[in-house]
Amino acid sequence: MEEIRLMKGNEVIAEAAVRCGCDGYFGYPITPQSEILETLSAMRPWETTGMVVVQAESEVAAINMAYGGASCGKRVMVSSSSPGISLMCEGLSYLAGAELPCLVVNVSRGGPGLGTIQPSQADYFQAVKGGGHGDYHLIVLAPSSVQEMYDFVAWGFDLAFRYRNPVMILSDGVIGQMMEKVVLTAPQARWSDEQIAEMWGSWAVTGKPASRSRNIITSVELDPLRQERFNHKLTEKYRTICEREARCEMVGCEDADYVIVAYGSSARISQKVVELAAEEGVKVGLLRPITLYPFPEREIERLSHRVKGFLSVEMSMGQMIEDVKLASRCRVSVHHFGRTGGVIHTPTEVYEALKSNFLQK
Amino acid sequence: MAAREVARTPENKVYSKPRLLTDAVMHFCPGCSHGTIHKLIAEVIDEMGMEHEAIGISPVGCGVLAYDYIDIDWVEAAHGRAAAVGTAIKRLNPSKLVFTYQGDGDLAAIGTGETIHACNRGENITIIYINNAIYGMTGGQMAPTTLLGQRTATTPQGRDAAQHGYPFKVGDMLAQLDGVCYVTRQSVHTPASVRRAKKALRKAFENSMQQKGLSFVEFVSTCSSGWKMTPVEANRWLADQMLPVYPLGDIKG
Repeated sequence: MEEIRLMKGNEVIAEAAVRCGCDGYFGYPITPQSEILETLSAMRPWETTGMVVVQAESEVAAINMAYGGASCGKRVMVSSSSPGISLMCEGLSYLAGAELPCLVVNVSRGGPGLGTIQPSQADYFQAVKGGGHGDYHLIVLAPSSVQEMYDFVAWGFDLAFRYRNPVMILSDGVIGQMMEKVVLTAPQARWSDEQIAEMWGSWAVTGKPASRSRNIITSVELDPLRQERFNHKLTEKYRTICEREARCEMVGCEDADYVIVAYGSSARISQKVVELAAEEGVKVGLLRPITLYPFPEREIERLSHRVKGFLSVEMSMGQMIEDVKLASRCRVSVHHFGRTGGVIHTPTEVYEALKSNFLQK
Repeated sequence: MAAREVARTPENKVYSKPRLLTDAVMHFCPGCSHGTIHKLIAEVIDEMGMEHEAIGISPVGCGVLAYDYIDIDWVEAAHGRAAAVGTAIKRLNPSKLVFTYQGDGDLAAIGTGETIHACNRGENITIIYINNAIYGMTGGQMAPTTLLGQRTATTPQGRDAAQHGYPFKVGDMLAQLDGVCYVTRQSVHTPASVRRAKKALRKAFENSMQQKGLSFVEFVSTCSSGWKMTPVEANRWLADQMLPVYPLGDIKG
């Protein structure tokens, strides 16, 4: 039974977790995402679905609790904001190295350092290129509405288990704090140990039953040749993910001369830019990556044969622009525009940047 | 002059390798306490009939490969984080026997935060803590537990309180926390101490299954390689030098 409500992005993450049968959430307060832990604490899901909610002593502890829960094959989630995500990066590397499913929500804010508490998109490199040590990738989803915050929780868990890899929802303070209409789906039951084994294989640590040999969750390998083999296996997995899972939304790109590439709240702002440009007869399209890893390279590559230029719009000093350049093979000019440090750009600023970069030269 | 023949029958058997110890060749050095403590864990789990319910969490350090030696389900945690990992495993699987196995570098240095807070929350897990006053795996550097005057790779002149602080008595500190139901300090350097340690371990595991709170079992242990001693010298040094600083016995519960 569907239900329609007006909710904050952060609240919706909590609601979605309970409704999709999440087993455990481990959090630590940090602005602008504290409503996730607060909403779950108010919902008291341990009394209804049996979902465990723990306020950890640090983000380091929270991600390692998630590592423990994921080791048992449970659907576990953590959330934080930029500085806290930095603390979790060790754990993210271990989760990827042990091939564990986990959902991580980053409601990002301005940095570096303690930075600001206002929205930012300056964690792109950290999310997409690594953050932690070693050859690994997170699957990174970029919601641009409260509805997508809701939908991406269940989708994120599905991807996490399908590929046994941590998945990050890379949101920002705008999406986390704003209120929108959201359609809530009917609650799903939590999985039993038997269902987990049936659906995803019996790799989880559940206490060794008589029917199988012991399961070991680890990321340590003392033999370099075996570690190398494992890294090749991981890379093969990432290749499959890139082939199958890249998603983007394209608005007015078919006959566009210039294409804005923007995700999350920058994409929302850039929609308006497409309208402003149309009013002046300038053909501007918007390509919105929905997955940041895998990056929608094929679509950008295809457009790069035809368009006159790309503008990468991000609330950062320019991070995703590197992937736009790579995907477009630098066939045409690629420029960046973005306010940063917690400042949100306006549609007019973006449009002026587009004009000054491409039309007034 | 023929010796009296003893029939090899089950009722005459006085000792065998614990059923839950695997046949993997242990990587531990001669004279190290880890092997004996592994044996006790395997025996107690088997005697409690918990083979199918036990989940161990191994550390970073010499104990990292515990999962190769004890035939139960295992999770290998990041350095120092075992108590956080164990927290979630037990909360999500309340009927399981969940324990961590951690050295003094893992638990008393990098993992103090996770340890203190798991204890303070009264998680129903057992922490098995191997205190050998040194970093074994990385080659014998000073640990928080290193004795004053003890020479290590990073205290070549001996540990100096003015520069390095004092031996960290973790068990005494944790005993102050309301969430902790049992703190005991044991050793395995004599047959009698092995027997006492086994009883302590069983009590801790039973506490965990009875949801009494967190149980903390410290093993004052030898590291003959790190200490640069023979196994016999190491056992003697443990008794003469470590036990006055880390006296054996129950601290709480």
